[in-house]
Amino acid sequence: MSILKHREALLALAILLLVGVVAARFPAFVRPGNLANVFNDTSPLILLAIGQMIVILTKCIDLSMAATLALCGMVAALLNGAGVPLPLILVLVVVLGGLLGAVNGLLVWKLGIPSIVVTLGTMTIYRGTIFLITDGAWVNAHQMTDDFKALPRAVIAGLPVMSWVALAAIALFTVLLTRTPLGRSFYAVGGNPHAAVYTGISVGRTQFLAFVIAGALAGLTGYLWVARYAVAYVDIASGFELSVVAACVIGGVAIAGGAGSVIGTVMGALFLGVINNALPVVGISPFWQLAISGSAIVLAVAFNSAQNRPAGRIILKSVEPR
Amino acid sequence: MTEAAKTVATGRAIPDRLQSRTTRALHSWETILLVVAVLVFVINSFASPYFLNAWNLSDATFNFTEKAMIAFAMAMLIIAGEIDLSVASIIALVSTAMGLAMQAGAGVPVLVGVGLATGLFCGAVNGLLVAGMGLPSIVVTIGTMSLFRGISYIVLGDKAFTGYPDGFDFFGQGYVWWVFSFELALFAVLALVFWTLLHRTNFGRAVYAIGNNATAAQFSGIRVARVRFTLFLLTGLTSGIAAICLTSRLGSTRPSIATGFELEVVTMVVLGGVSILGGSGTIPGVVLAALIMGMVTFGFGLLNVPGIVMSIFLGLLLIGVIAVPRLIRGR
Repeated sequence: MSILKHREALLALAILLLVGVVAARFPAFVRPGNLANVFNDTSPLILLAIGQMIVILTKCIDLSMAATLALCGMVAALLNGAGVPLPLILVLVVVLGGLLGAVNGLLVWKLGIPSIVVTLGTMTIYRGTIFLITDGAWVNAHQMTDDFKALPRAVIAGLPVMSWVALAAIALFTVLLTRTPLGRSFYAVGGNPHAAVYTGISVGRTQFLAFVIAGALAGLTGYLWVARYAVAYVDIASGFELSVVAACVIGGVAIAGGAGSVIGTVMGALFLGVINNALPVVGISPFWQLAISGSAIVLAVAFNSAQNRPAGRIILKSVEPR
Repeated sequence: MTEAAKTVATGRAIPDRLQSRTTRALHSWETILLVVAVLVFVINSFASPYFLNAWNLSDATFNFTEKAMIAFAMAMLIIAGEIDLSVASIIALVSTAMGLAMQAGAGVPVLVGVGLATGLFCGAVNGLLVAGMGLPSIVVTIGTMSLFRGISYIVLGDKAFTGYPDGFDFFGQGYVWWVFSFELALFAVLALVFWTLLHRTNFGRAVYAIGNNATAAQFSGIRVARVRFTLFLLTGLTSGIAAICLTSRLGSTRPSIATGFELEVVTMVVLGGVSILGGSGTIPGVVLAALIMGMVTFGFGLLNVPGIVMSIFLGLLLIGVIAVPRLIRGR
């Protein structure tokens, strides 16, 4: 536990340092209003990263999250066009996202197919489905009702609803993961699947639930995304799954499962969010984003493994293959 | 003999009698693939009057040759229990490097050299991180997947390299003899090389050994890390070769080049009967899978099916190929 705390402190320090460096040349960047903007911009990443983290905790990975987001976002836009009331749309996107996640989860649970293969497949299937239901057409701002577009931007107590959703998810999943049997079982399944079985936890079912949660979060984010940017098309959030994995890995989530925290993941996401928002301010082309998150993944995973290496005296030299 | 005595600790029953060579060959995945390939061929020739034409079929081979070149190396990598999701991004980086060399006035031999070297370099980066530092290959290659393509985006942004020198077009557009393109010939040669490497050399045996039990392989004197590193080098090299062919065929470089290739390459390998968990698979299987995927793509194209629908089909294929046998066996 002390290592985890240590890591989160390090991350917080890195983020502060980053903000400090940018602020030294562009003081406007640290105005409270702008920092709130950065948080709001990062909210979709935070929501997805929390879902991805839970999946990774159980030794799986979900590469279809961005496609789920896009499909649910498109469905939300189409439902809006068909005159479905907003509260019902919100329920439906969460349910649809959960169902899409359930498809991933069932394939992993019932057929034992490795999650990377399942989600690599469903990634293209879900995105292709958007094309099938729209024929490639866009849904533009003027085709959306005003209340549909206004909700994520509506300001309550100084923060837009989108930020509040992210904050609520952070609180909810912190409690879920640290204070409930289900939350602990995610850690148990990833930490030691065999031991988890002996304590009466179904590994497959737990992984299934992780995928459902991730899907539902992606579904909700799909609505927020489409409503905020007021446009829906086949390729929205394309490649976003990489940023999501990056946020998790930077946040200290062990890819082998069983270790990671909501706070760490959120800080991983904020780290990327600050970089993405600072690049245009500092005058670096946004084309750098992809390479930066790529190097961040590689560096973070190397750092994670260096930190997890057992310390102490070597009595018997390990012959495990490297 | 009681049922219990037949069952070993792993839960797998030991048969009383081994199947004969012919029975085994008939039951093999490769035979199923061959039947499917013939079926697709026949269905395609009925579905479209344009299918059975030597030049059209020759054009169809471009649907799979570049991906199949990578699939051979990827098959070995997956048999050894690793995976490389960065191959499409390696293509982007190699193509960008060649574009830069071209702008500096390099001739065709230098361009090819730059391409191969860049591919090898990318493979070495993955190999060092995975084999050298012992990091999980899925995350490492997800990272390098955005890193390599990210570098292309930094160099090119929204621009493109065009105007490759005369003679460079041969690799992607040239024909060796009659309807047989250079790419098809290269595909055949690489198939032979990788078949020999995997099925006829010590190195190939080591790959299977590592995929089945890396610890046991280490104890039996196989240099596990070195083999893994070499496999990543091979994947990088074949991605470099594929990038040269693709760049030459398109005649231009954009940072979005070859997007989504990694999915098709992995699908090809899995469809070819390589176990995604490592330890089993063959090169002839991958060759057949490449032919099937190429013909299906071509058939869909003739029927005016959009590319994105084709990718849905690929996704279903990837999952179905693994799911169906498991469903039949009752897991």
